[in-house]
Amino acid sequence: MAEAIKYRKERIDRGIKARSDTIYMLSSYRELLYILFPRVLPISFLLLSPIFIGGGYWGKVIFYSCTFALLALSWDLLASVGLISLGQALFFGVGSYVAGGFNFYFKWPLFLTIPLATFGGALICTFLLVPVLRLRGVYFSMVTLILPLLFDHLIETLEILGGTHGLLSLSPFPSHWMAVYIAVVSVILCLFGFRRLLHEDYGFVLRGIREDDRVVMAGGINIYWYKAQTIFIAAMVGCFAGALMTHYYQFVGRSAFALDNTILPLAGVVLGGSGNFAGSVLGTFILVPLSEALRALGGLRMALYSLILIIALATLPEGIFHYLERKYHQFERMVSI
Amino acid sequence: MADEVILKVENLTKRFGGIIAVDQVSFELKQGEFLGLIGPNGSGKTTLINLITGFVKPTSGRIYYRNMEITHCPPYQIACLGIARSFQMVRAFHKIPAYKNLIVPLYSPRVRKLSGGKYGERDDMAIDLLDDFGFERDSFVPYKPAGSLPHGYLKRLDLARCMALRPELLILDELFSGMTMSEVSATLPLIEKFNREGLTIIMVEHRLKELFRVANRVIVLNFGRKIADGPPREAMSQKEVQRAYLGTETEG
Repeated sequence: MAEAIKYRKERIDRGIKARSDTIYMLSSYRELLYILFPRVLPISFLLLSPIFIGGGYWGKVIFYSCTFALLALSWDLLASVGLISLGQALFFGVGSYVAGGFNFYFKWPLFLTIPLATFGGALICTFLLVPVLRLRGVYFSMVTLILPLLFDHLIETLEILGGTHGLLSLSPFPSHWMAVYIAVVSVILCLFGFRRLLHEDYGFVLRGIREDDRVVMAGGINIYWYKAQTIFIAAMVGCFAGALMTHYYQFVGRSAFALDNTILPLAGVVLGGSGNFAGSVLGTFILVPLSEALRALGGLRMALYSLILIIALATLPEGIFHYLERKYHQFERMVSI
Repeated sequence: MADEVILKVENLTKRFGGIIAVDQVSFELKQGEFLGLIGPNGSGKTTLINLITGFVKPTSGRIYYRNMEITHCPPYQIACLGIARSFQMVRAFHKIPAYKNLIVPLYSPRVRKLSGGKYGERDDMAIDLLDDFGFERDSFVPYKPAGSLPHGYLKRLDLARCMALRPELLILDELFSGMTMSEVSATLPLIEKFNREGLTIIMVEHRLKELFRVANRVIVLNFGRKIADGPPREAMSQKEVQRAYLGTETEG
């Protein structure tokens, strides 16, 4: 038998928030620091880590983490309007092939192909997904899952865009540092930009669509137009990540459409916690280096990796970021009943 | 102007499979009228509202709003023409603070065209509006997530959401269901005031006593058909209406 419970945990908000989450009332430098710390910490970590880690293998891992973080951010943006996508590989692959194709066949420099892949690729993805905007839930997910497979098989069987061999010897970035810092800065911009966006009036419309699309329709807003816009923004981020990766590896092949590019960012979001973008970045920056560190284990790697994921989810189903956020904004004490 | 026909419904029919939910319903609604829409459960009141607001497409028949056909318009276009509706079941954005719930209609093309609204202004507009509906601006109520508010508040939030759209025709689907007596008596004068100021209102309601205090015309539906149309007392005194509400009387 359990003993009679004498104490319970009480959670108290730190008294800084004034009414809304966008207006703060600060009365001391300590409070200013309290607000700034969670923002400065990730920015400085992202900006400084490439310097401390340097080039070489782990430098590549930083770059790799950034591209997956971009994909995770793109997933989280879609989720915030209620679209559960399983097709980050679609964005990634289309971006990769647009950048790779223009670089390989027309010899366009990467400073043209990357923006072109970002906008053009996003347009292609949006046009592909607009017909299925009316589908909800799992049906939308299925279509996004199938589209990358379709491209994969088209390239394989028609032997276009390099077929099974892929497009080789594309132009590289002038230096490793440039590639890493483009990736890092774009992660920071997307992270804080998306967080800002969802607190704007526009973002509240998107959140409204996720919660109850009929109420949004009754409010005089064309939800399909807003969903299409969101897909375009999310696709831009995903295509950009693909284009970066293409030029970093100087190669684009069918692996760009691989399921890994969908699952790994999604696992990152789940681990970090969805709905606030910070969790997605945190999750991918834990998972990607972790899966690289486990590479030495060979075959056991995937098993151990899955085990870590399961344990993390079982103990912190809300995601690491939500947990940290709660600990930061609330203090707990035991009170007797 | 006062006699202008704002809404015209012609032979509207909606079938769901073998069931006829709305059967050849026709009526005209003039500017400034307060129409009560009543009938027993399952008589097609909500379906009729869904048809008018475009959420359900009719099997046959036409709907005109200010002489413009809106039969096949999508819901958001109909809302942007100035037809606001509330929902029978409480629908709100539960995770969003109550006042932010109003951002959606305030951000619609209709309201942006009518009143602009620059950066940050919509928050003030929303809080001002909610203040009129009993969400006191100095309390914590408007800033709490909608999901944590009691039912009566959510119903009034729904009404506020409709009014945020600056409607010319307001359609209320059982606004008072689940409200306490004091909430009803606080809300009823508000609706009366909107009507006096020229707003045309259609109200579906089961609380007939409250409805007849404000409505100047009543349409009674039964099994999807319109069985009575007129001032409340006249409509209710008809044999067919009494049969629909009370069942067939045994002679004696």
